Amino acid sequence: MKDNLYQYILGIADNSLILGQRMGELCGHGPSLETDIACTNISLDLFGQVRSYYHYAAKIAGDGRTEDDIAMLRKEREYVNVLLVEQPNTDFANTMARHFLFDVYHFLFLTELKKSKDMTLAAIATKCIKEVSYHQRFSSDWIRRLGDGTEESQMRMQAAINDLWTYTDELFHQTEADKAMVSEGIGVDVTKLKAAYYEKVNTILEESTLSVPESKYFQRGGKMGIHTEHMGFLLAELQYMQRTYPNMEW
Amino acid sequence: MVTTEQNIDPKLIPILEAVSDPEIPVLSIMDMGVVRTAVIQNEIVKVQITPTYSGCPAMDVIGDDIKKALEDAGYKSEIELILSPAWTTDWITPRGRKALEDYGIAAPLGAEADKDVLLHGKRLVKCPQCGSTNTKMVSQFGSTACKAQFQCDDCLEPFDYFKCLK
Repeated sequence: MKDNLYQYILGIADNSLILGQRMGELCGHGPSLETDIACTNISLDLFGQVRSYYHYAAKIAGDGRTEDDIAMLRKEREYVNVLLVEQPNTDFANTMARHFLFDVYHFLFLTELKKSKDMTLAAIATKCIKEVSYHQRFSSDWIRRLGDGTEESQMRMQAAINDLWTYTDELFHQTEADKAMVSEGIGVDVTKLKAAYYEKVNTILEESTLSVPESKYFQRGGKMGIHTEHMGFLLAELQYMQRTYPNMEW
Repeated sequence: MVTTEQNIDPKLIPILEAVSDPEIPVLSIMDMGVVRTAVIQNEIVKVQITPTYSGCPAMDVIGDDIKKALEDAGYKSEIELILSPAWTTDWITPRGRKALEDYGIAAPLGAEADKDVLLHGKRLVKCPQCGSTNTKMVSQFGSTACKAQFQCDDCLEPFDYFKCLK
């Protein structure tokens, strides 16, 4: 029970940590000042949420590790985020498409997590969902603006959606910890979110004059700790300070 | 069922009212609604505060400031960060809303009006400088997580709008 709960919390929190790191990379590099600030604001929200989750995970683990240790000092195989969130920022269409494909899931997921029997997780979800509703508005808005924009922006947004589509199915894949927590009434049965997810995503894509990819080939592995080649580079940057100056604080 | 009521010892109110939000110095943390509990137990003041946004970097500073203010008044204290019930902009007091406006930040509208201005570009937010509602959103995200960036088309001043959080 304890191990499953710990692992289950990481399964939620790692997605926000890694996506938060990706969004944070845009600090000083956003396409406009307002967008730059928006992306870093979102990153800050995600890191804030992550602190609540890891703080709880550290308490469950009870082995002296802190929230920072859990965030910064695991090896690549020990991170269980989905492959989608670790994909790199290439062009802005890609960055927004990745964020949108995760936001729609995140919102549906938190809506269910609010009903968890675990009071701490329910409280965190209730807090986070208010923020995530803003994230979802922001990314959906960019899908529409770029999709239904110029020929160039539409071409890029369609390419981004096509590229990232292969990572969407993993969101609805259950791990052993997921199954155990669902049976305890603590976890969310992600398989049940799939229909609502694709309905919402497809609606927004269609509104944005984009076509829904038809490919049925999907990648998975992140939830089992098997990541894409991008993850190592991401962690190198994320963990640099703690690895170079162990235990440093500020 | 969670209670949304505050439990604050009247003796402590003047001390806590003197502590302000580090990012909006005109706004007391009491008017912000982030202090949920402040009671004296065994000569120690137990304070519970709740963050406006999860990643709000002001929370650590607010915690330290409360501790310092209570210490100056002769109290030892313990500060606890709680997430439930989650903070909402409804907890900003009328005095707090006025302080925001005077400071140049437009106070949050209701939830529906908020959606109208942020999603559909309706012009409902009143410019804190000139009072005109001929204002437009520049960005859904502003200088901090809790604000959106607006501009007034009459006086042309940019300003922050405190987003509705429910």
